[in-house]
Amino acid sequence: MSRLRSWFLVPAWLWMGGLFAAPFAIVLAYSFLTRGAYGGLDLPWTLESYQRLADPLYLSILLRSFLMAAAATAICLVLAFPLALFISRSGRRRNLYLQLVILPFWSSFLVRLYAWLFLLRDTGLINTALQALHLIREPLPLLYNDGAVLLGLVYGYLPFMVLPIYATLERLDPALLEAAADLGARPFSALWRVTVPLSAPGIRAGVILVFIPCLGAYLTPDLLGGGRSVMIGNLVQNQFTTARDWPFGAAVSVALMAVVTLLVVLFLRRGEEAL
Amino acid sequence: MKPRGRLLGFYAALVFLFLHLPLLTLAVFSFNASRFTVWQGFSLAWYRAIFHDPDLMESAANSVVIALAATLISVAAGTLCAYALWKRRSRLISAGLYLSLVTPEIVTGVSLLALFQWAFRWLGWRLGLHSVILAHVAFSLAYVVIVVAARLRTLSPTLEEAAMDLGATEWQAFREVTLPLLLPGIAAGALLVLTVSFDDYVITSMVAGVDSQTLPMVIYAMARRGASPVINAISALIVVFFGALILVSERLAHAAEKLS
Repeated sequence: MSRLRSWFLVPAWLWMGGLFAAPFAIVLAYSFLTRGAYGGLDLPWTLESYQRLADPLYLSILLRSFLMAAAATAICLVLAFPLALFISRSGRRRNLYLQLVILPFWSSFLVRLYAWLFLLRDTGLINTALQALHLIREPLPLLYNDGAVLLGLVYGYLPFMVLPIYATLERLDPALLEAAADLGARPFSALWRVTVPLSAPGIRAGVILVFIPCLGAYLTPDLLGGGRSVMIGNLVQNQFTTARDWPFGAAVSVALMAVVTLLVVLFLRRGEEAL
Repeated sequence: MKPRGRLLGFYAALVFLFLHLPLLTLAVFSFNASRFTVWQGFSLAWYRAIFHDPDLMESAANSVVIALAATLISVAAGTLCAYALWKRRSRLISAGLYLSLVTPEIVTGVSLLALFQWAFRWLGWRLGLHSVILAHVAFSLAYVVIVVAARLRTLSPTLEEAAMDLGATEWQAFREVTLPLLLPGIAAGALLVLTVSFDDYVITSMVAGVDSQTLPMVIYAMARRGASPVINAISALIVVFFGALILVSERLAHAAEKLS
């Protein structure tokens, strides 16, 4: 019996060793090395890269990333909960509305970011239209700031919040709301005291599914922040390319992975397992 | 009740607009005769320009090759892995798959770059299509395992037991009984890998060589240089292509469900 299973796991073990554990082990090792004279790697082993994380410049980037991810998650929640509620209450049109949520998610992430670039840039649609209507004379600085990055993050990850909340709302027994109404609860109070608490697992899943990719976002701040709204992901990329400080880039990666792993472990302890 | 329901509907409509309006306007302006964001009449010039741009065509061909190869490898390995985990769980492999799913793309990108630079120095290889394909397998295997595992959970182990009671070997039970029932899950997994592989920019840009530029890399470079309606046109094509692919595959899945 288990011989076939062992053979079937061979590709997975190869993946584990070669494409998952090995790359991360190398990054972990690099994070304790010293930057060489020409951007290479050198001995001795040191903790210097980790100590540099406490530098105010880098600390502010880490802090900003946390705040941006938290803000994006909060906005997603505010947008997604009513939408999920609406979809769960729309009877036979449910599937159509769900498709409408998922469809942009299937199309390219890069294309969706470019769409905002197209709308927000100085010669973009919004500024051109406002100028044509003589509402403004100079183009508004809509792009390359924290707001634009936040917008991109919310736009990119909103479906991740809608779907898990919808999944819990759909399973909600309507009799519970009827009971609340029979006992004198007004609709809003029933929503707040019955529906919201019962959809907590979906909200929790949505929060983690949005927060984690936002925290490690690279492309969104790169394209919509344009170097003025730098997040952890950009710091990592910069250290591995332009700055050529691989040990520091590796240390930032390890720190980011540690935070992400911690969040996932805290979340999984609550018992939601799919594999 | 009624006005409250209408308020909720209005709110939902606004969120739907937020989700779809940017892509719709992007697509509309791909048909604009002017290169600026002022409407000056209908034109297909930007679509013709795509097919006369050697960079775009070559990178699109690269992207297709990479996506097909990565899908083939991930689907084969992922299906076997999901089946094995269905028979008996492996905490270590599950943990690895989960972690690979939540690893920020840029971290996957730099760690694979570090691995390839280190390993290829020994092997005397260079970055190229093969390194991109390996990288895409690295991040897409978990998707296949999760989708196929979801399908496996709907199957009863008694089917294979019955087959083996009737004299089938383990392999035959897998090949003749379980695998055909898994096909919808495998197809869904393949579709998912195709789309994420074709779309990936962050990881690809770290591990691609000079001769293995992918379509997202060229689009990124064009977007960085400035606005061009050609990007609108290629974006519209990508969205329509994948939208159609998803819709058709869902119809097929529905039809298959009804048949069985």
